[in-house]
Amino acid sequence: MLKIENLQARIEEKEILKGINLEIKPGEVHAIMGPNGSGKSTLASVLAGRADYEVTGGSVDFQGKDLLELSPEDRAKEGLFLAFQYPVEIPGVSTTNFIKTAVNEKRKYQGLDPLDAAQFLRTMKEKMKLVQIDQSLLSRSLNEGFSGGEKKRNEIFQMAMLEPKLAILDETDSGLDIDALRIVANGVNELRSSNNAFLVVTHYQRLLDYIVPDFVHVLYNGRIVRSGTKELALELEEKGYDFIKAEVEKETV
Amino acid sequence: MDVKTFLQDTFAASSTEHSGLSAFQQDSWTNFSNWGLPALKHEEWRYTRIRNLFTDKLIAGQDQLPAKEIITKHFLPGLENANSIIFVNGYFVPELSNIQDDESSLIVKSLQAASTDEDAAFVKENLGHSARYHTDGINALNGAFAAGGVYLRVNKGKSLTTPVAIYHFSDSSNGLRFSQPRVLANIEAGAQATIIEHYINLGSGDTLTNEVLEVCTAQDAMLYYIKIQDEGNASSHTGTTHIRQLAKSLTHAVTITLSGKVVRNNLNMVMEAEHGESHMYGLYLLDDETLADNHTIVDNAMPHCYSNELYKGIMDGHSTGVFNGKIFVRKDAQKTNAYQSNKNILIGSNSSANTKPQLEIFADDVKCSHGCTIGKLDEDALFYLRARGISVENAQALLLHAFAMDILDQIKDENVRTFANLLISKRLSFTI
Repeated sequence: MLKIENLQARIEEKEILKGINLEIKPGEVHAIMGPNGSGKSTLASVLAGRADYEVTGGSVDFQGKDLLELSPEDRAKEGLFLAFQYPVEIPGVSTTNFIKTAVNEKRKYQGLDPLDAAQFLRTMKEKMKLVQIDQSLLSRSLNEGFSGGEKKRNEIFQMAMLEPKLAILDETDSGLDIDALRIVANGVNELRSSNNAFLVVTHYQRLLDYIVPDFVHVLYNGRIVRSGTKELALELEEKGYDFIKAEVEKETV
Repeated sequence: MDVKTFLQDTFAASSTEHSGLSAFQQDSWTNFSNWGLPALKHEEWRYTRIRNLFTDKLIAGQDQLPAKEIITKHFLPGLENANSIIFVNGYFVPELSNIQDDESSLIVKSLQAASTDEDAAFVKENLGHSARYHTDGINALNGAFAAGGVYLRVNKGKSLTTPVAIYHFSDSSNGLRFSQPRVLANIEAGAQATIIEHYINLGSGDTLTNEVLEVCTAQDAMLYYIKIQDEGNASSHTGTTHIRQLAKSLTHAVTITLSGKVVRNNLNMVMEAEHGESHMYGLYLLDDETLADNHTIVDNAMPHCYSNELYKGIMDGHSTGVFNGKIFVRKDAQKTNAYQSNKNILIGSNSSANTKPQLEIFADDVKCSHGCTIGKLDEDALFYLRARGISVENAQALLLHAFAMDILDQIKDENVRTFANLLISKRLSFTI
């Protein structure tokens, strides 16, 4: 589904990604872990198409298409979804209107008719249950005045509405208390299927107790330095990132 | 024939010797002759060049009246049965106007008539008050032609059943049409009224409208005023809306500018009594070469008054937005609360905005604030919307519409709000 080869990217003059290789197949959940500043969020942003980053090398194939050639909106319409670490507050745009626009633009891209009001409402109600989000929240301006937990739940709700092939969760656990974390994780688990895949970016192992990954990768200094199964996450939790740093530095000497 | 001679001849032809207006018209003409048209070096006209709009191609005079169907075709949706006051080429036309409210509530008549009947004292007292704030030729020039104006009175304690919609038709089919409408409104104690102004260019030529509207509100009166300018980019406008709160009252003004060549709006709120409240909102959504200049004045002469002002602009193409907000707080006007904000978004790479708050405070116990911004659309917000599959165009339209909604929401009349929203949505061309 997604094949990243030797991906390099920088912001202004600073090189952040220094050659990422990663392959994700349908039905898989991959976790990317790593210390602060290792490039986790950059990877998520580059995949979603944020213009602040300049890709300087490598390639990304998404379902047979050159992902890097697509605009952010076309990436979304092809089935990529980024749950933002910091969802943006947009005053004056109601969440419902926004999601309706997004869903119907995607349907148009797929050659489908837009959902009528009743169909849209039905789908929305169904997905709202998934993340225990309230109608009143959705009639408000997008993310404006939402608590941290509400914002993250809204991200997962949008994901449920858009039914992406590949969802990237960028530190979705940050700022969530344990109850909110459970709700968000349940939502993700409900959406898991053999047709879609998840890339979960996180600093802490905690989220991975609830969203159990098939593979865990450790990103350090712009490269994936370790890959393994969920046990790797537990090891990291126990030993901290310093042991990885030490090992990597020993290897490069 | 040069412009001066043209205006002189037009003035000579239209002066009215037997009305109560002749002295006012003559004085105005003398002022105009002395001051001339404002040049860019005039402090209040720094960004707005209007002299070149006055060419020897101007056509003035009432001329032929359009058919009734043409008039009604341009009525605002939902306001077909509202009180309508029709101006054609700057002249009030009673036979095309239609007053729905009972005479016990609303009186509408020519300014000339009002200057000689039971309203003569009010006219004499209040007509031309705005000239104190605009010592420039453009306001004076309108005064010289005041005989074609209208007078309206909302009687004591009456709330109008429907808004007063003033339609300004300019017929440019025979050339560059010059119109100078004049309105004087008297909102008596405890009365409530909504006044809407709308401008229509009948023809494909250019138009130039130089308007003065003056309103007085008495004790506990409420005035809602809405000015919608979407006459097309061949139309220029210089207008003054001058509102005097003679006693504690509430005034609320919304000015929406969507097109025009050169548009200058003066809006003055003169707060002459304690506990007055005044709201001023404006939206200018410009493209092409349009220049829209909003000059506002809040003059606090007495204590305990409240005013709030928010103007927002979106500039595309080569357009220019100008905002100048003056707030005077005179030395007796203690406990004044006056707030002002102007926000601009530049879309077109050749668009520009000029904004200037101007506070002159002579009292020491007041709360006044002002703020202005000029910027682009928020890149993070745009990316967020695009990352959900929304096209750049629609993402931009969504954000701009949200930006404009703050002002649209202030239009209390539902029909007008819906109409304005439709115009704006069409302009922002949101498509799925």
